[in-house]
Amino acid sequence: MRGVLTLLALLAAVAPAAGQPLRIGLKDDPDILDPTLARTFASRTVFIGLCDKLFDVDDKLGLVPQLATGWSWADQRTLRITLRPGVTFHDGRPMDAEAVRHSLHRHLTMQGSFRRGELTNLQAIEVVDPLTILLRLDAPSGAFLSQLSDRAGMILSPAATESMGREFGRAPVCAGPFRFVERIAQDRIVLDRFPQYWDAARIHIPRVTFQAIPDNTARRANLQAGALDVAMQVEPDDVPALRRNARLRIAQAEELGYQVITFNIANGPRSRTPFGQDARIRAAFEAAIDRQAINQVVYGGQYTPTVQPVPPASPYHLRAIGPVPGRDLDRARALLREAGATTPVSLSLTVPNSPDLRQVGEMIQAMVREAGFDLRLNAMEYASGLAASNRGDFEASLTAWSGRPDPDGNIYHGAHSRGATNEGKYADPEVDRLLDEARAETDPPKRLALYDAAWRIAIGRDRSRMYLWHRMNITAYSARVRGLQAHPDGLIRLQDVRLD
Amino acid sequence: MWAWLLRRIGQIIPTLIILSFMIFGLQQLMPGDPALILAGEERGDPLVLQQIREELKLDRPIVEQYLYWVGNVVQGDFGFSWRIRMPVTDLILQKLPVTIQLATMSFIIAIIIGVPLGILSAVKRDTATDWAANGIALFGISTPNFWLGIMMILLFSVELGWLPPSGYVPLWEDPVQSLATTIMPAFVLGTGVASVLMRHTRAAMLTALSQDYIRTARAKGVSEKSVIRRHALRNALIPVVTLGTIEFGRLLAGAVLTEQIFTIPGFGKLVVDAVFNRDYPVVQGVVLATALIFVLLSLIADILYMAINPRLRQA
Amino acid sequence: MSTTVATKAPPLERGQSPARRAVRRFLRHKLAVAGLVVVLSFILIAALAPWIAPYDPIATSWSNIRKPPSALHWFGTDENGRDVLSRLIWGARASLMAGVISVLGAVLIGVPIGLLAGLAGGWVDATISRIADAMLSVPFLILAIALAAFLGPALENAMIAIAITASPVFVRLARGMALDAKSTDWVEASRALGNPPWRIAFVHVLPNIIPPLLVQSTLAIAEAIIAEASLSFLGLGQQPPAPSWGSMLNSAQRFLDGAPWLAIAPGAAIFIVVLAFNLVGDGLRDALDPRADRR
Repeated sequence: MRGVLTLLALLAAVAPAAGQPLRIGLKDDPDILDPTLARTFASRTVFIGLCDKLFDVDDKLGLVPQLATGWSWADQRTLRITLRPGVTFHDGRPMDAEAVRHSLHRHLTMQGSFRRGELTNLQAIEVVDPLTILLRLDAPSGAFLSQLSDRAGMILSPAATESMGREFGRAPVCAGPFRFVERIAQDRIVLDRFPQYWDAARIHIPRVTFQAIPDNTARRANLQAGALDVAMQVEPDDVPALRRNARLRIAQAEELGYQVITFNIANGPRSRTPFGQDARIRAAFEAAIDRQAINQVVYGGQYTPTVQPVPPASPYHLRAIGPVPGRDLDRARALLREAGATTPVSLSLTVPNSPDLRQVGEMIQAMVREAGFDLRLNAMEYASGLAASNRGDFEASLTAWSGRPDPDGNIYHGAHSRGATNEGKYADPEVDRLLDEARAETDPPKRLALYDAAWRIAIGRDRSRMYLWHRMNITAYSARVRGLQAHPDGLIRLQDVRLD
Repeated sequence: MWAWLLRRIGQIIPTLIILSFMIFGLQQLMPGDPALILAGEERGDPLVLQQIREELKLDRPIVEQYLYWVGNVVQGDFGFSWRIRMPVTDLILQKLPVTIQLATMSFIIAIIIGVPLGILSAVKRDTATDWAANGIALFGISTPNFWLGIMMILLFSVELGWLPPSGYVPLWEDPVQSLATTIMPAFVLGTGVASVLMRHTRAAMLTALSQDYIRTARAKGVSEKSVIRRHALRNALIPVVTLGTIEFGRLLAGAVLTEQIFTIPGFGKLVVDAVFNRDYPVVQGVVLATALIFVLLSLIADILYMAINPRLRQA
Repeated sequence: MSTTVATKAPPLERGQSPARRAVRRFLRHKLAVAGLVVVLSFILIAALAPWIAPYDPIATSWSNIRKPPSALHWFGTDENGRDVLSRLIWGARASLMAGVISVLGAVLIGVPIGLLAGLAGGWVDATISRIADAMLSVPFLILAIALAAFLGPALENAMIAIAITASPVFVRLARGMALDAKSTDWVEASRALGNPPWRIAFVHVLPNIIPPLLVQSTLAIAEAIIAEASLSFLGLGQQPPAPSWGSMLNSAQRFLDGAPWLAIAPGAAIFIVVLAFNLVGDGLRDALDPRADRR
């Protein structure tokens, strides 16, 4: 038996030499590979190789042209985009203004489109000439352009969308550096280099395979054993061990999103507790928690503690509100006394049932107990937790936001009374006004001031939620992989990547 | 015999109908709204939710959803996965070879370990050998699969680097690599089945050894070896044959956590992911398919048992 | 995971003291006795947890996380600096309760329904049997996951889910015994005398069921302990910060190479207890099987 095993292992170790594929291990199985209908991070990881966008985001969160060559505002509501000449889709058809119109129209109107909300300001699309397109908005928008740097800006082959319809995602045809070969659900997705890619000189890998390995240990073990070249979303705990391994490299970048505790302020009967009704008790809760200690213990100090939704890398990071405060038990107790709360204050915290977030919950539980909170943890699987938050069946909930390059995408959804995921139903007319104004504002300093003012009310005064930290996107890869760059959006650009 | 067989086959249809009620009933009871999950971070947009519900017929009464589903299943259409929009039939056909391969390998391992141990422990009853054999067999049934799996990955993949920890390769693409990636999960699954086979082989062997004809043979001075080989063994293999089919059926669907640890893209992982994502067409299709396979295998087991053991035909 | 097919013990010979003979035979079975000793000591440990655990199982100590085994902490400390040995001792409560109570539940659900099916016959029997078949045709863990997700994550709910999922085996067992008993002369006689069916069930069938039921129960307890561990491993069992062996394994997963003791201790505990229950089950099977004396 042992002999057979050794033999098998030897055979497994002899890898083919040249022209090998880049094997990328993902944390989750991507959902549908249709940019109009997709919603997960995992599918974005695949789209980056499959579908080019009008714009891309650079590592400083600035916009850079991709399928576009440039843009200008003809007036406050009219965006003029010039397109890159000589680009073809994987089916050999040309990528032109008509194709852009077609794709944007599909994103905007197709039933079940998840892009509709992102393009909500888009009123009309006009083809000026084959390489120029005008986008007319119904209102000025400082947030619109950055939407075109994600899935809403992906241009799909009109011939394919027409012939495949809703089935497009089963064999997507785009204009990215790699074309779709096959997908075995919950196993792998295979892409091959597209020779006619407009920027083909920067693509050095013949084939990319994406494989979903949800178990963190298994994904890391695959990388260590050489069965993967790149492992995405590595756990921060694993970083020290990976660094010691001379055959592996690590690339990390702070994410665009954040981890947060949302408080139920006005969503149904469970908000009508002293905790839900009195911002001082919530402030006491916050003061009792040591973000940095949790970060150290659970995440090896890899994450960035925060009190706001916009990460430090963004120009819209609110610097004026000062640093992250430390733990202050005396203040927590004083706040509880001031609020006249009867201690222990009973509270339930819903946490996702992943091991790290359960541990975060356990730490918070121990920390706030010292200030006078009796915190019950309620670990829920994703689907149940989502439904419970939506119907207001929670008091406090540990959750996360995946993040957007534009600040509007990180702030509006949670703080505006009509925000998409404002599950605590926080509502303040002044905050609404500030956020609406910021959404339309195109001058960066003015926009920043509006967000600052909104923060001071929604968080500083009302404690509607408690931001915890910006996570780190950690990618571990074999030393054979060269040219790989970490990116705040957590995606790996395949341009310039080589495999020795 | 024929009447029995007909009656036995006739039982399959009500079983499957009840099963389909169970699946639909459970999915009604489960918390979590599929539309919310599908909408993800866009869930705040009522129009998005409404469009999803309309498209997936989630806004219809459950009876209507059920009848619609049954109507399609009868025509061989299991619908499509809500999450990745692939036909459920395609998903099942993609996973079936993987699952069959893993089940077959596990079963072979189980026979190699379980049957000889069972015979040995019966023959050497109440000796240290018997205890040791029992201990080995019970090891398989007493270790949680997921724990054994993790330990094996740690040892063979991370420490020794002999075997790939996962990354299933189809048998027809690269047989050696395929075996290398499935040997650990097959072992983990196989040890559990080995215990069952071992215990039943042992029991059957003990029964056989206490039969009158064996005693007669012994009394006549036939050598112990030949008694065991010629008389006892044949009877002892009956449970292996009959139990084997059922255990094989269990392997086809019961490898949930093992598949997750080794990331084997088989049935178990498919259905567990679908349950957690509330991807109901996949849950319905896979559970129905595995149940059908299981029910058919039980039928085969019963027929085999009848064939081998004619005395039971009257029962 | 697999269910062993229940062995039908023939009715005990009357007029002797079968219980005493069974005890004698069981005690001769050294492995089974060893298993029983282990089971009893774990029950004792679980019962005495508050007094014998060296530390508070949920007392955290951030300066003391993931320390390897030492004189102070025999099995090391976990990711929150809690004593692994203390958590193991307290976790024995959750795991043993999950095993014993959920099987008790399965027996209480399964046996009456099975007796009803066997004694009533006809369409009642057909309906109950088909439902049991349908449940048995779904993989154990998948049914348990669906039920646990429905009930919500909690140890008690995991136990209910396991109890329901494990009950069809007992339905079949009880039904088979009831059918056997129905054909015996004394039950026919009893029926002819006008005894109601429930009386027949309790007076004539139940006593005969007890031996195979005991065997099946010990084996089912072993499976239920693993099932609880599996559900906790998926986050559907014991809620933090209270320990169960399965949830300890669930959190230990993340630290396999840095802190393997976190996975080895609860894994080994599950193994030992499950093995012990299996040994007891085996011993009972042999002891209660009258053929065993004939050799």
